[in-house]
Amino acid sequence: MPNDNIRPPTINLTKEDYNNIKQVISPKPKVIKNLIFAFLVGGFICSLGQMIINFYMIYLDLPKMKAQTAGTATLIFIGALLTGLGVYDEIVKIGGAGGIVPVTGFANSMVSPALEFKREGNVFGVGGKLFTIAGPILLYGIFSSIVVGIIYLISS
Amino acid sequence: MNNKKAGNQTVVFQSPPVILSKYNIVGPKEGQGPLKDSFDVILKDTYDGEKSWEKTEAKMLETAMRGAVSKANVPLDAVDYILAGDLLNQIISSNFAARQIGLPFIGLYGACSTMALSTALGAMLVDGGYASKVLCSASSHHDTAERQYRLPTEQGNQRAMYAQWTVTGAGSIMLSDTGVGPKVTSATIGRVIDFGETDANNMGAAMAPAVADTILNHFRDLNRPPDYYDLVATGDLGMIGLQLAIEILKRSNLNITNDFTDCGVMIYSPSQDTHAGGSGCGCSAAVLTGNILDRMLSGNLKRVLLVGSGCLHSPASSLQGESMPAIGHAVSIEVSKAV
Repeated sequence: MPNDNIRPPTINLTKEDYNNIKQVISPKPKVIKNLIFAFLVGGFICSLGQMIINFYMIYLDLPKMKAQTAGTATLIFIGALLTGLGVYDEIVKIGGAGGIVPVTGFANSMVSPALEFKREGNVFGVGGKLFTIAGPILLYGIFSSIVVGIIYLISS
Repeated sequence: MNNKKAGNQTVVFQSPPVILSKYNIVGPKEGQGPLKDSFDVILKDTYDGEKSWEKTEAKMLETAMRGAVSKANVPLDAVDYILAGDLLNQIISSNFAARQIGLPFIGLYGACSTMALSTALGAMLVDGGYASKVLCSASSHHDTAERQYRLPTEQGNQRAMYAQWTVTGAGSIMLSDTGVGPKVTSATIGRVIDFGETDANNMGAAMAPAVADTILNHFRDLNRPPDYYDLVATGDLGMIGLQLAIEILKRSNLNITNDFTDCGVMIYSPSQDTHAGGSGCGCSAAVLTGNILDRMLSGNLKRVLLVGSGCLHSPASSLQGESMPAIGHAVSIEVSKAV
């Protein structure tokens, strides 16, 4: 905590006043516009995934479960490729959560640190930093699935 | 004894050091901005042939230093000190640039206020008689700052509307005890001020009180009227921080009626989609050594107050819930009537 027992600043302003003028001046996020773009971008990625799955089922004769797995893998590939080409961050800039939440966003969160830290070497660079963003997602994803599993076990 | 000090925080130079030369180098995005004609070198890409952005930044800073030396037309050995700083951990860009030049080096950290800080300290060294030629520099690189302070550069995210864009740029000036040119006439060293901002993306709001405080102290210490300067340029509060600083100064009864702007606002045009404008040590360094000194040399500006603003947090302190302390340093640069 900052020390308040020092010579006060020369400016004539309390912290409360400052918070008030900050509220007035700071730009508000464009919630409606962001919501619409997130819906469109996220919806497009998911529709694309569905198209890929349908393609695998109809043209490659895969059973539904396998087609879904293959479709997910294809989306991950596309997300990783677009990250490597430097396009995916531009998509998320427009689409926000619509680009982050689908599995392509997860691919982006794995590939971008790999690209970023390869200059620091394969072990402490890529190896050490690969999960900087995906790590928390995996940790708490797996943790919550364990919790749900225990609840399911007890309740059944 | 203490006859060069005025008021609480200001020093007035008795024989004001001369800005003998200036040199800057910027990245491609800055080279597309409204100030593109004021830059000595504009890089075509952010790597400039190096393997990493850190190497690029160190090389840019070295280029800026060497450029200022050669434009000043003095031998390298005549330079007494290099004063430089940047944003990276352990100020590596400055250290590595100084390694390549091999002159006595004082590394500084003032976050984005570094250019004003190095100029203020360089002027103190020269006016104090401890040096005859001092090289004052600062640099920043968008991608090195991004990967250190925020996320991997290719990681997709939506930046807040009040976030600023770190400038890729380096600038250097040569201060001298003799010669002709704009003079550094006084400097106000700021205090660290923290108004409790915790959002690390809202640096303008964190820095505005510190900058306003330094400006207010500067005017009070020197008893100067609000219209003394042709230009007051903060570096770099961004659009939001600038509005906040103006509002704070109004409430403190200082209405600066002349041109009052911000280096971060000047360096990009709104169409470049940087949100609140530029930031980083390189921003005020490139704008001072470019547009501002150009306008002073051409006679369009006579008196300028550059107020460097620095946000003194780290990613670790922000994650630990600390608010962001900030600082502002002011240097006044004036063209004497004889020139």
